[in-house]
Amino acid sequence: MKQFISFVKKEFHHILRDRQTFFILLGMPLVQIIIFGFALTNEIKNANFVVLDGANDAASQQLISEISASRFFSFNKNIYSYKEIENAFQRDEAKIAIVFPPAFASDLQHLNKAQVQIIADAADPNTATTLTNYLSAIIRDYQKRLTQNVDLPYTINVEQRMLYNPQLKGAYNFVPGVMAMVLMLVCTMMTAITIVREKERGTMEVMLVSPVQPLKIIIAKAVPYLLLSIFNIISILLLSVYVLEVPIKGNLILLMGEGILFIITCLSFGLLISNVTDSQQTAMFISLIGMFLPTIMLSGFMFPIENMPLPLRIISNIVPAKWFYTIVKSVMIKGLGLKFIWKETLILLGMTLLLLGLTLKNFKIRLA
Amino acid sequence: MRMLKFLLQKEFRQVFRNPSVLRLIFVMPVIQLLILPWAADYEVKNIRLAIVDNDHSEYSRQFISKVTASGYFQLDQYANSYKTALQEIEKDKADIIVQIPVHFEKDLVKESKAPLFLAVNAINGVKATLGAAYLQAIVQDFNNDVREEWIQLPKFSPQTTIEITSSNWFNPLMEYKYFMVPGILVLLVTMVGSFLAALNIVKEKEIGTIEQINVTPVKKYHFILGKLIPFWVLGLLILTIGLLIAFVTYGIKPAGSFLTIYVFAGVYLLAVLGLGLLVSTYCNTQQQAMLISFFLMMIFILLGGLYTPIESMPVWAQWITKFNPVTYFIRVMREVVLKGSGLVDILPSIGIIFLFGLVLNSWAVINYRKRG
Repeated sequence: MKQFISFVKKEFHHILRDRQTFFILLGMPLVQIIIFGFALTNEIKNANFVVLDGANDAASQQLISEISASRFFSFNKNIYSYKEIENAFQRDEAKIAIVFPPAFASDLQHLNKAQVQIIADAADPNTATTLTNYLSAIIRDYQKRLTQNVDLPYTINVEQRMLYNPQLKGAYNFVPGVMAMVLMLVCTMMTAITIVREKERGTMEVMLVSPVQPLKIIIAKAVPYLLLSIFNIISILLLSVYVLEVPIKGNLILLMGEGILFIITCLSFGLLISNVTDSQQTAMFISLIGMFLPTIMLSGFMFPIENMPLPLRIISNIVPAKWFYTIVKSVMIKGLGLKFIWKETLILLGMTLLLLGLTLKNFKIRLA
Repeated sequence: MRMLKFLLQKEFRQVFRNPSVLRLIFVMPVIQLLILPWAADYEVKNIRLAIVDNDHSEYSRQFISKVTASGYFQLDQYANSYKTALQEIEKDKADIIVQIPVHFEKDLVKESKAPLFLAVNAINGVKATLGAAYLQAIVQDFNNDVREEWIQLPKFSPQTTIEITSSNWFNPLMEYKYFMVPGILVLLVTMVGSFLAALNIVKEKEIGTIEQINVTPVKKYHFILGKLIPFWVLGLLILTIGLLIAFVTYGIKPAGSFLTIYVFAGVYLLAVLGLGLLVSTYCNTQQQAMLISFFLMMIFILLGGLYTPIESMPVWAQWITKFNPVTYFIRVMREVVLKGSGLVDILPSIGIIFLFGLVLNSWAVINYRKRG
């Protein structure tokens, strides 16, 4: 036991003495939470629009000023031909264009009917759809006011409620994902690389001839990263509660327990990688391809899984982060108990045991 | 010049003899380009509904079939009560609950108005907003159908209407892949450029071979150029592979010219490689170099406008994006590939990237010391 503790100490020295690495490991979750929480939103604000106003009358001016006043749009400039719309899109000066036909106001007055054309830069299809929707809503509002708020007969009144996240904050979606990402990075990649580094430098040989059991050496390597990761979970949770104002609705102990389970999953994967590789660059490459990319792509936090083609949806089931992400979302944001997530927990546990088993099976006392 | 030639020979040999680097160069782009565009589909569709129909009337049936026929929605289940429907949301099996109250049809016809309840799982705010908006539009539509059934609208309508027609330029099929693939190409070129360059030099430090070079008469800038050129070539090679894959698998052919893309990529790679070199001069171990490059890459890529529009970022983040080379390349790629912008249109971006390259590389050269 004493030997084991001194080995753990040695590993801590490794980490603590490398200041740069240490600060990045602790600072990474901080920066990620801030970027994800504040900078990344799909909500569109202040999209530039250009106007091709063939009418230039009271009605079109009124409508333009109303659009400019909304927080979704800001007026860029008046243009005078369709060609200029294309130019504006190409230079990224505008995302959307509004075209009024000549005699817009008089059509409205005399025919009770007028046309407006919306042209969106659909290079980004989602932004285009959303902007078209917003713009149509503003125009419909304007139209409603023209009809003096007459109550239409036979009206269905839709009452709409946003569950869990009434302010529609992006953070609710990102916090569980960031947690998975940071843990994966610290546990899998860093653990794999530290062990392989000792192999590469030859110090592994030195340790293997010491009286300490080889297995203990490896576990001693993992312990500091386990503690570091627990610290990271706590800092992420603190930040999300106090800075992003995403409350923890469920049981904190359950959440931490699941977190530790996921840390162990990642550590086992890191150990497995370190067993089968012998250069740092290869270890990094495998962690990137095998763990990090799938976590970002297939866990459901960046990209919606239900939109993916079937093969990817099937593959997503073997990505541990997908299950962890579901668990954190359920416990932290929906406030559900173990009753609702026992299946996900069991799957994660099974994966961990499988990875640990493979690691032990591949563990070699002798180096080649 | 001769010195440089030998250094280049050495570097190319090192790269081509290392299988893991070669794999990184050839496997990464293929995997990423084959999988990411499929995964990165933000289009909101397949919204799953749990429907609580307490009315069981002709209208409620008509409404439900209208919703499910729209193509955006999938019926998860008919729930007996709001509570069972909520459980579907808790289990992540449904996204929206539609509750049709008792006497929906009767109220609509007799009282001239009827309520309808929607409850949306809003953890993913974007999906919730768009899904609810689609559903509202269908309700409106259904509402108009009902009105038409009961009121004979006069031909010359007394109600003022503004007809809205909308069209989508550059990507009329609204294909999300056209938008993502150019961005992913940028990601690949950037990762290879900065990671490989940084790791390569630090590896020499870690193994100690850099000492051997330091005692030779090789000049600082010779050494740096010798490191830069091979990765510059590799970066362009990856871009070529990526463009090929984009064409073969997704049929994406740049609307602009290849020359524009390559000119920009050439300048851009200088900047990214400069960044890699700079990182390597500050690190002593590959682990450090990897972690720092990773950290920087993460910030650059997340704030590069690949996944979320830059206009919606707060002002401080928009300032950061101005100093982010990835932003410029992603924008240029999309402009050239989708909109066919030419060299003249992207000239300002080239200028800025060139400046980045100049600053980063000179910083790296100054910071590289020939002492251990």
